Amino acid sequence: MKNQLLLRSAGAMLVRILFAVVAAFPIVFMLVSSLKPDQQIFGDMSSLAAFLPIGNISFDNYAAVFDRVPAARFLLNSVGVSAVTVILGIFVNSLCAFALSRMQVRGKKIVFTAILATLIVPFQTLALPLVWWVNQLPYFELNGFSLEFSKGWLDTYQVQIIPFIANAFSVYLFHQYFESIPKELDEAARIDGAGWFKIYRQVVMPLSGPATATVAILTFLPAWNSYLWPLMVVQSEELRPVMIGIQYFFQLNVSWGEVMAYASLITVPVVVLFIAFQRSFVNSIASSGVKG
Amino acid sequence: MNTKLTKVLATSIAAVALTATLAGCGKGSASSSTEGSGEIALWTHNAGNPDELAAVQKIVDSYNGSQDKVKIKVQAFPQDSYNDSVVSAAAAGNLPCIVDIDGPNVPNWAWAGYLKPLELDADLSKQLPSTVAEWDGKPYAVGYYDVALAMMARGSDLKAAGVRVATIEQPWTKEEFQDALTKLKGLGKWEYPLDLGTAGTGEWLPYAYSPFLQSFGGDLVNRDGFQSADGTLNGDKAVAWAEWFRGLADQAFMAKKSGKDSTQDFLNNKSAIVYTGSWAGDKAKAALGDDLVVMPPVDLGEGPKIGGASWQWGVTSKCSNSEAAMDYLSYSLKPENVAAVAKATGAIPASNEAAAQIPAFAEDGANRIFMDFSRKYAVMRPETPAYPFIATEYGKAVQDILNGADAKSTLDSAVKAIDANIKSNGGYKN
Amino acid sequence: MIAPAAVLLLAFIFIPAILGFGLAFTNARLISPRPVEFVGVDNFARLFTDPTFYRALLNVAYFTVVIVPVQSGLALVMALLINKKFRGVNFFRTVYFLPVVTSMVVVSLLWLFMYRKDGLINEILAAVSFGLIDGPDWLGDPNTAMPAIIILSIWQAAGFHMIIWLAGLQGISGELYEASQLDGTSRWQQFRYVTWPGLFHTRSLVLVTITIQALGLFDQISVMTQGGPMDSTTTIIYEAVQSGYRQQETSYASAISLVFFVLVLIVSAVQRYLTREKD
Repeated sequence: MKNQLLLRSAGAMLVRILFAVVAAFPIVFMLVSSLKPDQQIFGDMSSLAAFLPIGNISFDNYAAVFDRVPAARFLLNSVGVSAVTVILGIFVNSLCAFALSRMQVRGKKIVFTAILATLIVPFQTLALPLVWWVNQLPYFELNGFSLEFSKGWLDTYQVQIIPFIANAFSVYLFHQYFESIPKELDEAARIDGAGWFKIYRQVVMPLSGPATATVAILTFLPAWNSYLWPLMVVQSEELRPVMIGIQYFFQLNVSWGEVMAYASLITVPVVVLFIAFQRSFVNSIASSGVKG
Repeated sequence: MNTKLTKVLATSIAAVALTATLAGCGKGSASSSTEGSGEIALWTHNAGNPDELAAVQKIVDSYNGSQDKVKIKVQAFPQDSYNDSVVSAAAAGNLPCIVDIDGPNVPNWAWAGYLKPLELDADLSKQLPSTVAEWDGKPYAVGYYDVALAMMARGSDLKAAGVRVATIEQPWTKEEFQDALTKLKGLGKWEYPLDLGTAGTGEWLPYAYSPFLQSFGGDLVNRDGFQSADGTLNGDKAVAWAEWFRGLADQAFMAKKSGKDSTQDFLNNKSAIVYTGSWAGDKAKAALGDDLVVMPPVDLGEGPKIGGASWQWGVTSKCSNSEAAMDYLSYSLKPENVAAVAKATGAIPASNEAAAQIPAFAEDGANRIFMDFSRKYAVMRPETPAYPFIATEYGKAVQDILNGADAKSTLDSAVKAIDANIKSNGGYKN
Repeated sequence: MIAPAAVLLLAFIFIPAILGFGLAFTNARLISPRPVEFVGVDNFARLFTDPTFYRALLNVAYFTVVIVPVQSGLALVMALLINKKFRGVNFFRTVYFLPVVTSMVVVSLLWLFMYRKDGLINEILAAVSFGLIDGPDWLGDPNTAMPAIIILSIWQAAGFHMIIWLAGLQGISGELYEASQLDGTSRWQQFRYVTWPGLFHTRSLVLVTITIQALGLFDQISVMTQGGPMDSTTTIIYEAVQSGYRQQETSYASAISLVFFVLVLIVSAVQRYLTREKD
């Protein structure tokens, strides 16, 4: 009996490792290749060396990457755009979910259904009308003391941010989580004279760390990875996000080492961020009880 | 634990976000809408090509230094997505004053009303004809260079296989080409002796392979009025082209999908003959020295053909300061400027005066042969606003045929789509 | 409090969607000097006689029918593997989730490189089969291109659904397991009678999200195959982008989008009906 148990857990571990190898090997290959010259990437392909940082290892590819694209600027842009999208996304979507979960709103069900319906419209089909549309929207900026209006959002930061703040999946996740928070809690607060916004801020949100972490990551990923949209609406190099940079490497003399280096460069920050918050994220999504 | 973490996270992110937003200060300055203060935007496809970009930037700098009325500002895009970026900017009405356009797309842009006819002080008659894009009898764009495709090989390989070197006086015929490939394949040195760059996508497909079609006697569209492709793209000659082309893959003379970088593969001795452009000339010469032979494309019946026209410059119709834009273009066409860009790209300079300034392209220069090819064989891609559509249909047909689709029915459906498109656009008439 | 989200969704999804759907009944082009005219259902008539469109439908159906069970199944297995507490559980959770945090554009480029005839995948296949398997040119062969896309898509996205399953698993109360253990049930019976029913809601969520994702297949195609070879990997969204953008036929692309929207709606409704709670 005991042997059987041992065998079983060893077997499970073996399967786990197998899955881990499959999940990780392309990424390991990418990281390792980013340190090698092209000749060696191809040379190592037929052996385990493809996954090992051995041979002619250097950071030359990375140096070349910074030569070829303004990588630092692109990274900064993506960090900024993603961060603002995440923060505003958390606020706007949780607020909406809070109202749907707690307040008596007429036509609540219809609103909720309409919000969820937006999930089935893939962004690519909206992109073209959206380009035209955002260029009709008014834009204002503070210039000294005067407010200046102009038309058109193309080639700005906000065109990369504002359309992606509201998100049905985020509203849904918050809503499910809020539903699991006992309503007695906010009733108690109501008796103490708290308004809705105070309940949202001081009762519900502090208990929703897990849902917030989940929404944060799920908003961050597409923002960081956005590609088609900035291609269409951002013209200035100084506003471009990281994904556009990939295109720079395919114009002439494709150097796979450089491609791998750039790919690593824009992937590693996300992975590090994820690992840093991994515990709270995975636990949170687990405990947030995505219960359908 | 969680809320604490979230708080720390939120604060730090907020700080970063704020800095980033402030640092960027909102709006970029690439578009025409910020062109009030004597600044003119210029868009180019060269973000991934530092040498050409630097050459263009140098012209701009010297122009900016030569007068103080306007300042040209360069905005570079990566080539693969350049057209997408520009087309969406056009659709949104947000184009810069000066744009870089791939030659064959110029008629489409001119027809759509995005370009102004050029009124330059510079003398366009001195330009290589394929570097001036015309539509409806007026010039709309002008380029600094053209490129020419050619067949490159190692002289020693050809000798070993007993194949003669093709020359401008006597290009290979279809039969000779077949014979050459058979012999080269027989040497057993290469899995595929021929590399036609079949991994290419987008504009490469019509650019590289429609000249073969034309050499067979077919064409992308009937150039008499440009109203239909029926008979030219699906006639007997076109079908013969398609079957010949697929035959190259079926006989394992070439891969259905070559490597991403054909020139590099050739230099690594993965192929015997590579079909590539003048841009690879210097690199190949440096690697192979005198063993390199540059040969004209095969004569498949109507003589060798090469696609004419490369990247060119135009002025947009909404440009608020088109005089200055035209003035810049005239300035940029000075022989020394043209020579500088051509040198940076390894392309064929657009005028003889410029060519004289580049040793490789001067009389008897190593690359002069590309210029001769261009003059002798260049065929413009059809000068019709329908071209972008025709190009995508043709490109798809090429790929399908290569992968084994029936030649006649594939070409028929391409013709059907092209004709329907022309018709639905009212024949693309003005 | 609903307002900010509602306004944003209205402005950036509903309005462009309606604009787009409206264009489907016109002859609007991306760039053209010709006035836009109302043309009724011309675009739809053309669409329903376009063999490429049917091919795209077929491809998407193929993709979806394979992806939905395989990806959700593998994701469930992964979730079960890391559901229990054991040493290194966080390591495995992170590694399993790694592909999800990698951008699809990067993933596609990476696999494009690995799928070459002489690429890493074929080298691995040859190594593990002692040279018996001579791998195909994955993306160059109409028969293997879609399977290759499927493999990479599962690899990239399974981690995401693993997390959703994991959430569901953690929601099942431990008491149920203890009770079943007392009854001396086998592991399979435990899964069959405790875990599986406990995942009822999670199941429909996983099903819906995978299906919607699968039907909208685009990024991988755009980077890796451009719909080829011989339309074997073209999809509805790819066709919409291709014709709306590269071929400038905005109105036709809008018609494709509209048809796609209706299609997803129908599929979702059917799924909802099939997975409804049967009391």
